[in-house]
Amino acid sequence: MNDFLNQMELVGDWLTSSAQWQGDEGIPQRLLEHLTYSGLSLLFAAVIGLAFGLLVGHTGRGAFAVASVANLARAIPTFGLVVLVVTLAGLSTAPVLVALVALAVPPILINTFEGVRGVDPAARDAARGVGMTEWEILTRVEVPMALPLILLGLRVAAIQVVATATVAAYPGLGGLGRYIVDGLSRNDYELVIGGSAVVVALALIVQVLFTGLRRVVVSPGLRAPASSKS
Amino acid sequence: MIRFDAVSKNYPNGTTAVDELSLELAEGGITVLVGPSGCGKTTTLRMINRMVEPTAGTVSLRGRDIREVNAPELRRGIGYVIQHAGLFPHRTVLDNIATVPMLLGWNKKKARTRAAELLELVGLPAEMAKRYPNQLSGGQQQRVGVARALCADPPVLLMDEPFSAVDPIVRAELQAEFIRLQKELHKTIVFVTHDIDEAIKLGDNIAVFRTGGKLAQFDTPERLLAHPADDFVADFVGQDRGIRRLSFVNAAELPLRDGPVLPATAPVAQARAADEPWVLVVDEGRRPLGWASVAELADGGTLADASLTPLGHTFSLVGDSARAALDSALLSPARLAVGVDAEGAVVGVADACELSAGTTAVQAAAGEQASTEAESASSESRATVGKTSADTPGGGDR
Amino acid sequence: MNDDEPLIRWQWIADHTAELADYTGIHLRLGLLPVLFGLIISVPLGILCHRWRWLYPPVLTVSNIMYSVPSLALFMIFVRYTGLTEQTVMIPLTLYTLSVLVPNVVDGLASVPEPVRLAATAMGFGAVRRVIQVELPIAVPVVIAGVRVAAVSSISLVAVGQLIGQGGLGYYITRGLQLDFPTPILTAIVLIMLLALATDALLVLAQRLLTPWSRNKVTSA
Repeated sequence: MNDFLNQMELVGDWLTSSAQWQGDEGIPQRLLEHLTYSGLSLLFAAVIGLAFGLLVGHTGRGAFAVASVANLARAIPTFGLVVLVVTLAGLSTAPVLVALVALAVPPILINTFEGVRGVDPAARDAARGVGMTEWEILTRVEVPMALPLILLGLRVAAIQVVATATVAAYPGLGGLGRYIVDGLSRNDYELVIGGSAVVVALALIVQVLFTGLRRVVVSPGLRAPASSKS
Repeated sequence: MIRFDAVSKNYPNGTTAVDELSLELAEGGITVLVGPSGCGKTTTLRMINRMVEPTAGTVSLRGRDIREVNAPELRRGIGYVIQHAGLFPHRTVLDNIATVPMLLGWNKKKARTRAAELLELVGLPAEMAKRYPNQLSGGQQQRVGVARALCADPPVLLMDEPFSAVDPIVRAELQAEFIRLQKELHKTIVFVTHDIDEAIKLGDNIAVFRTGGKLAQFDTPERLLAHPADDFVADFVGQDRGIRRLSFVNAAELPLRDGPVLPATAPVAQARAADEPWVLVVDEGRRPLGWASVAELADGGTLADASLTPLGHTFSLVGDSARAALDSALLSPARLAVGVDAEGAVVGVADACELSAGTTAVQAAAGEQASTEAESASSESRATVGKTSADTPGGGDR
Repeated sequence: MNDDEPLIRWQWIADHTAELADYTGIHLRLGLLPVLFGLIISVPLGILCHRWRWLYPPVLTVSNIMYSVPSLALFMIFVRYTGLTEQTVMIPLTLYTLSVLVPNVVDGLASVPEPVRLAATAMGFGAVRRVIQVELPIAVPVVIAGVRVAAVSSISLVAVGQLIGQGGLGYYITRGLQLDFPTPILTAIVLIMLLALATDALLVLAQRLLTPWSRNKVTSA
């Protein structure tokens, strides 16, 4: 326990030292890199995952393919993929993005698909029966009703991406993982724990943001708890 | 109005949902499609708004082949109510009702004003407008479903087992409300149910389907009960169809006699003089108080002192059917049904045998009238047959 | 990387089969034991959360926070206590599985239809027997859906453990980077994916055997 408190103190010292808040090695710079990796890959993954999830969920065709692709993508070791792409293509942002997109697509895809497919058939039937076009059924009924699950998928993906973007540092890229990897090679414990603390804080912020978003965009009529997870 | 011409629906797996159906549904009435599960009644209904496309034949609405109309556009002009209401859980009650006007491009304010009117029309309080469907009971949800279907004022309404998912008491309420609404609105309604009682209660015409999608009989409720086309229909309408037919005979047409009716002020001696086992005691307004058993009356005094046996119930000559009259006779301790007028005053009494004879006479007369009409009238006029009970509007309304 | 270098040198794989097999075994152990431990913790914890609902939100929050800690960081924290050993990799992986398994156990128990629960109670099952003999078997499909997700991600995360020297097949990933030689990296990735997918397939099979009554039902997480 004492040891744990010591660690906390070290982290506090590290975080508050002014050196950490300036220059290329400073937290703002690393944070920006980290956010760039995470944000861009989440954006790409959302476009892919939502497009296919909505399409397959609405038409009901290709459900098996979606499940298989998501499963396959989930099995890819992100760390290995980053290293492989760096080895093949050299050091740039692209390898991180490729790997993180592969990581983020499955939860978004699966939850979007499940969300749309899980829409009460009576509501869908009624929507068609009152004369909605397929596009109107999707945008006015299925998406709003699937929103709790879609947001869950995006949140799980965002948290995984933020936490996993750290591995980019291993082959020599930036982001908050730099502190952890550098700390490891220099045997600088303070650096490792401090860097991790920033990542955890970032993940918690993501969590809070999504909770807030859910309050704002999900209709109060949909109070049933979302249970699917990926 | 709605016409099926040799319409079939076959599925690739070889099942036939609807088989060579030809049917013409009159404008402004309730046509009930009824039959056991798997008889194609829902498929038939869903072919009217192109939720199901027929494999052969044509369906036309007001003389126009519905395939000529773009499906969503067609559906916006046809109200649609389904079993579990199918409300949109993410929208408030008001926005659910306003769905079709919004699809039709009305402005939001106009659509919501119209929706609020509908909320009232289906008998829901205005404060429900802001609620969400999951905050309503099943019966309330179903009312909202009906309001949603009516909001853009479509001439045609399709209802697929709309009252099947609620408990019997709520169902009876909804049915009564539905009959009231239809009297106001005169929509052309196609109504699917598996419940023959509901069909008889609501339908102006009933189409009975048998398994395999074949139409077994298309007739008025009364004729269906009186003259089932075959054993299947007879079986389906049930063993007690004789009793049910009584619902279509107006109690006002039944023969009544004066019977042993005495005011409470009459002396006991007068009751004995009537030479009946029971006398009916009434107040000064001839409203019935109860039955007095003559054998048990104490000598002397008036009937006011006697202990009376309750009536069971009376039947009204205004609005009740022969079925209520017969029931009244069976429940009465004197085996006599008591008929009262609009003020509740006794008009006369009759026993079960007299009622039965009277009913048969009325039905025979109506049957003759029906067949004459059928011969002289056009094909659509069959909707006007029967329905002699006083609480339904006359033939001109239909 | 040298431009002449092919994406994969089959000869390298042929030369290293025995070694690859060894590392595959280690990888499986590092990836799957945490799932087993996770399950041993999650089932009772999930039952408790199901029984006392107030317990669930805090448990969920803690496991969600745990899940957001980067694996790399969590490995580092445990190095201090357990050194550069296999435990240092397995303990964090076990903690990660909880964030998937506990909700699935709770959801699985919640998926037991109320009439079934009532019928069991009415027939005289005690609370404990009812959970073990009636509710848990019905929850199996949902729980296994969680185990599948946990197992697949656990197997792929093991590779990161290589940064503290315990990564199973992850060894070939760092080795490949150091040598600027893609063959071992690609081989490791493919083997890891195969392990994950094979495990997943076995779990699907296990579910079919365990719950013959739900064979036509699709369950997914």
